[in-house]
Amino acid sequence: MPEVRSPILELQGITKSFGGVEALRGVDFALLPGEIHGLVGENGAGKSTLMKIIAGVHTEFSGRFLINGAETHFRSARDAHSAGIAMVHQELSVAPDLTVAENVFLGNQPTNRLGLVQWRRMAREAGEQLARFGIDVDPMSRLGDLPIGLQQLIEIARVLFSGARIVILDEPTSALSPPEVERLFTTLRRLREQGTAIVFISHFIEDILRVSDTVTVFRNGRKVAETASAATSKGALIEAMIGRGGEALEHSYTDDLMLPQPSGSSVILKVDQLSLARSLQDVSFEARAGEVLGIYGFMGCGQQELSRILFGKLKPDSGTLAVDGKPKTFASTAAARRAGVALVPESRRDMLFHQEPVYKNISISILDRISALLLKPAQERDIAQRQVKQLQIRPPVVGLDLGMLSGGNQQKVALAKWLTYPPKLLVLCEPTRGMDVGAKNDVINIVRDLRTKGLAIIVLSTEPETVLSLADRILVLKRGAVVREFRNEPVSKDRLLEAA
Amino acid sequence: MTSSEAAPVAGQRARGLAPFLRSQMRNIAPFLTLIFLSGFFAFASPSFATLDNLGNILTQVSVTGIIAVGLTFVILCAEIDLSVAGIANVTGIAVAYFTLQDSYVNIANIPLPGAVAIILSILLCALLGLVNALGLTVIGIPSFIMTLAMMQIAAGISALLVRGQIAYKVPSLITTLGSGSIGGIPWIVIVAALMLLGGHLVLTYTRFGRYVYMVGGNREAAEYSGLNVKLILGAVMVISAVCSGIGGMLGVAHFGSAQQNEFDTYLLDSIAAVVVGGTSLFGGRGGIGNTIVGLFVLGVLNNGLDHVNIDSFLKILIRGLILLAALVINVYAQRLREKAAE
Repeated sequence: MPEVRSPILELQGITKSFGGVEALRGVDFALLPGEIHGLVGENGAGKSTLMKIIAGVHTEFSGRFLINGAETHFRSARDAHSAGIAMVHQELSVAPDLTVAENVFLGNQPTNRLGLVQWRRMAREAGEQLARFGIDVDPMSRLGDLPIGLQQLIEIARVLFSGARIVILDEPTSALSPPEVERLFTTLRRLREQGTAIVFISHFIEDILRVSDTVTVFRNGRKVAETASAATSKGALIEAMIGRGGEALEHSYTDDLMLPQPSGSSVILKVDQLSLARSLQDVSFEARAGEVLGIYGFMGCGQQELSRILFGKLKPDSGTLAVDGKPKTFASTAAARRAGVALVPESRRDMLFHQEPVYKNISISILDRISALLLKPAQERDIAQRQVKQLQIRPPVVGLDLGMLSGGNQQKVALAKWLTYPPKLLVLCEPTRGMDVGAKNDVINIVRDLRTKGLAIIVLSTEPETVLSLADRILVLKRGAVVREFRNEPVSKDRLLEAA
Repeated sequence: MTSSEAAPVAGQRARGLAPFLRSQMRNIAPFLTLIFLSGFFAFASPSFATLDNLGNILTQVSVTGIIAVGLTFVILCAEIDLSVAGIANVTGIAVAYFTLQDSYVNIANIPLPGAVAIILSILLCALLGLVNALGLTVIGIPSFIMTLAMMQIAAGISALLVRGQIAYKVPSLITTLGSGSIGGIPWIVIVAALMLLGGHLVLTYTRFGRYVYMVGGNREAAEYSGLNVKLILGAVMVISAVCSGIGGMLGVAHFGSAQQNEFDTYLLDSIAAVVVGGTSLFGGRGGIGNTIVGLFVLGVLNNGLDHVNIDSFLKILIRGLILLAALVINVYAQRLREKAAE
């Protein structure tokens, strides 16, 4: 018995341009109360722009904006907030040094008549709220001490329970383990029953299909499809997203994939009994020339710490590293670089200089190879130009500030800076995270190409697809320990998830 | 994919002159301030816009300029050095301490040949800079606190050396460079100009200079690029201390005496010159060119206020307000720039 509900939010003919380029073209979008609305599209397709309009971040646009049928115009994010619209951004925005309870009540701590914070009440209520979410933590513990996935759940919980009637979640599941995703979905469904409207943006199409009622697909600033989730499939959505035959690109990795025979090539890196308090326990493995070693695990399994140790950014409590058979203790990242180790961390912000031109970003790691004392800008540009061409970085202008490139192209620059003088060992953290299908394929091809050149490559990822698409051999890391190695045997997404 | 990724960039380029000017605000605003101040004082006082007075201004900003060279490196790295004046003072006192004083000067000093005195003094300021560097990089004390302590330490050493007395004699080379002139141009102006030029060349054309900008632009990224960030930070602290020391030695010769607290005003002046000139307090943006403009803004302001009939106590307030305005512009320019990069 389908009852006719009127939309809580309705957008008509929204057009938004940035400096003459249309990011959104005549988009209609309606959100019903008690609906979970999935949003998919490649990076730059316009989903974030639309959400930022809804959340009052972008205030200049043309088209009609109605809330409960009344035309509205937000002048700021604060306006949107007081209209009951809340957004959880992809990046964590928590205060790690405050307690869990303070984070839950950030900005509206319960106070008594004198304006003093009622700590006991705050702790109790925070605990109750989180318990409804299935989160069992001491509300008075420091948030930064908790695993990242749990921090993200707490942030989502804070927004969900803030009383907002419209909640926008941008990639909420990317840092969560499957049980955490399950908990999130349970809560979303409960909120749906209470009449909250939820927008769910994700690259994980399976997640969208599982939890949402309706899916809207964006491509190049237009809405290209809107359909009931039950009436569509992953393949159909991907096809709508990229506008060409989706079948070839949709590799779901649900079937077994055969890992190759381990190569007998030389050992580039040998890690022995590496331990770091609360992060890694007796991790030992080898990486060989011409081989991609995948390391898979959920967020917080110790991958990040492991990659930092390999690049001399963190010092292990115990254990040894050997590069080319020579034992190494890296005093700095500079020492690791000299020993032939390169790292591309998961966060591009940490790796790149957004206010500097592309060529300076590419040359920074090799300046000491091309100049002793004086810089040679012409040579730097030449080298950068070659990398830009080889990696198909768009636009191919080496003098452009890096911040003006799209995310996928920035990721390519992060790779490019290591490739002029290829290292012996290349460590890649989440090399395809947050990228659209096209850019993802480009990066995968670059990595495969490097493997044939004889580099030892380690790919660390929390996305099974990333590891499966690249690795010759896979280690599964769980709570800081290697729990399983896949080699010369069939492997699939299920098998990986099961092991982790 | 290609079109959707290239499009926003084309948009950025198509935005034209106004955004470009906005992104250059860090460089334009100080320059406009300088022109405005010069025009104002030229209008308000007939004695301001003369060649003689230009010479005065140049001489007046020289010591600040020498100190500001090193400080520019530090601020470009998003650090701060509060010990510049203290180190200038102690180095100036040291070079006098190692020089034979007239008999009426009651200091138990150690007279040495001039060259030795100069070398020892430079070693002293380099050593103090090295202590700053080690505190910052090895121990991990924030530069603000580390150099605050060093400011006190330098004052302490100064006090122990002169014990409340005043020394007058410095090695003849220092006397010449500090108070002599050649062809009508004071040596101290030439030294300051050469050091500013040297600093500019290092920052613009050397690998080390690039590293300074990159470390200041994004320290985390510099580290993930395999740069030895601590070495670079340490180096700028030593450079800053040595520049301060040179400024201190020449300053003592310039003033004609070496005594406690002689350089106190130079801390604020040198930081102000760098920041007023438009070098970002958040690091990575600016340079010696900006510092030179900043020096002239301060120099014109200090000098010009002496040429107009104004309450001398009000001058202090005016200087403070100009500094505040420069800070506002500095922070605002950074924000505009970040917006443009988004």
